[in-house]
Amino acid sequence: MLALNNLIQNEMMKLLAKKRLVIIGIIVGILVLMFTYAQFKQVEEQQKKLGTVDWRAALQQQIIDTQNRLSSNRMLDEWREQLEVGLKQQQYYLDNDINPSEPGAATFTRMFLENAIDLFIPLLIMIVASDLVSSENSQGTIKLLLTRPVKRWKILMSKYVTLLLSVSIIVAMTALLSYLLSGLVFGYQGWAAPVITGFELNGSDVDVSQVRLVEQWKFLMMDLGLVWLVAVVIGTLSFMLSVLVRSTPAGMGIMLAALISGAILNNMVSSWESAKYFFMVNLKLTTYISGSAPPIEGMTLLSSVITLLVWWLLALIVSFTAFTRKDVY
Amino acid sequence: MKQVTLSVKDLKKKIGDREIIKGIDFELKEGEVFGFLGPNGAGKTTTIRMLVGLIKPSSGSIKICGYDVRKDFTKAMQHMGCIVENPELYPFLSGWDNLLHFARMLPNVGKQRITEVVELVGLQARIHDKVKTYSLGMRQRLGIAQAMLNSPKLLILDEPTNGLDPAGIREMRQFIRKLAEEEGMSVLVSSHLLGEIQQLCDRVAIIKSGEIIQTDTVESLLATQERILWRVEPLQKGVEILGGFTEVIVDQTYIITAYDELETPEWNAALNRAGVKVHEMNRKLPGLEELFLQVTGGGGAGIE
Repeated sequence: MLALNNLIQNEMMKLLAKKRLVIIGIIVGILVLMFTYAQFKQVEEQQKKLGTVDWRAALQQQIIDTQNRLSSNRMLDEWREQLEVGLKQQQYYLDNDINPSEPGAATFTRMFLENAIDLFIPLLIMIVASDLVSSENSQGTIKLLLTRPVKRWKILMSKYVTLLLSVSIIVAMTALLSYLLSGLVFGYQGWAAPVITGFELNGSDVDVSQVRLVEQWKFLMMDLGLVWLVAVVIGTLSFMLSVLVRSTPAGMGIMLAALISGAILNNMVSSWESAKYFFMVNLKLTTYISGSAPPIEGMTLLSSVITLLVWWLLALIVSFTAFTRKDVY
Repeated sequence: MKQVTLSVKDLKKKIGDREIIKGIDFELKEGEVFGFLGPNGAGKTTTIRMLVGLIKPSSGSIKICGYDVRKDFTKAMQHMGCIVENPELYPFLSGWDNLLHFARMLPNVGKQRITEVVELVGLQARIHDKVKTYSLGMRQRLGIAQAMLNSPKLLILDEPTNGLDPAGIREMRQFIRKLAEEEGMSVLVSSHLLGEIQQLCDRVAIIKSGEIIQTDTVESLLATQERILWRVEPLQKGVEILGGFTEVIVDQTYIITAYDELETPEWNAALNRAGVKVHEMNRKLPGLEELFLQVTGGGGAGIE
């Protein structure tokens, strides 16, 4: 019996030779620098406008802005709901004298991850996942792989383990790079800053009875866990497409279309309830712990995680069945 | 008795309702170079892909050194090395890393064996360069090296000389003969290049529309199609006399008939008796090419 780790070693060798992880690192680096600069500019602008560095004044100003927007009656219901929820949370932060965006690299990293979870991270994962199998097809090397004295499922398993490893590396790298690079501007503090979690939403009512304070590093760990979960699910789905579709661009295109449609649906499906079973409207897991309204009423962290896991499992089953059975021409 | 390294029995492949391979049988013995000859679309590639486990046959059995490819896949594959179509290797890895990659997929193949196969194909000088910088001939050699890693009993080469220059083709031919004669390896070679097969193979199977039409040694295949060319005077009378014995074809000043060990001298005597002068009797072995066109009915495989 041949050990699986030999095969995984092979896959890692190919992955590293293709320099995919380096490219991903560069993309993340550039984006983090851009956002850091944007954030820096925004803070500067706000301070100029308000004439103070006090975050309370800034928050107060945000609350007033939101109220003004709410008083306009030409607004979609679901937008109004979201804003109302946001408003109540901002008020809660202000009442309890907690800065929701404590300056520092830790806060930046948290914000960055929360915003990257449904599109940016999945895109990075796709760079690796979508050609893991289909590139062997297009190079023709699949014929060599499958004529070795190794069972087909083992070959695919080694590729899947490699995918899990690279997903973990990518998530860790994204977090690390955004901490290190943004820290240059904002400073490396903020690990212990309090973050509020546990807002319960019933329609537009915010239930604050479960609210508690969590140190930011703990919150960041939770965020990272959720980002990792989403990344694994997206990775597995791209992996399945890579098995099913011979051409890498086609597989990537399908996945991209799904992700973008998810981003669009998120803004408009509140009345289409069964859309909550699509994986792509369930990607913003971090919003559940930071407490903004889900795209469809009745969605919870648990329901979203279960939906994603079902998709994950199906993708895995399809991948292995197709790969072990198909004829290679 | 030499060991049978590959035995194929009643191999069939259906796609939908269409039977592409309609029951193929053959055997390969140790030290034998076996040619698989057929026009494009005859089913050579499909058959070879079934042999190496890439395509699942609809029915029939394939045994490599006694191990069934479907039931005992890993054991069967340990005794086989193959290049299916072009030797596609990872262009972004060095030749050495490619070999390392495939060695890791085999039991008990270490660095020492890699060094051996590199020497065998003579790639020492460039082995640490990236494969994308290799010429086609070098890739072909690396492909062979890769197929030799597990010291196989059976080597399957699909169109091994595709894209090689004449020197490369000759080198490849010598290399394959050496493997068969010195190492006792069985080699299955598929090709549509007839001259290639004629010079390289001990036995040939001619395949057309998913069936083997003929299997035999190259010599006896050709012998059945042997012709004799006559130059006689007067031509017309010669045609009449020879036409009485067998089918004749008149080609300018020559009469062409089949060659028959026993009959031909009699025909000659008959010509002499009738006073026809026989200037020339020329036995002619057809090229494999003519034979091939005859048995496959010319052209490619018709699209059914």
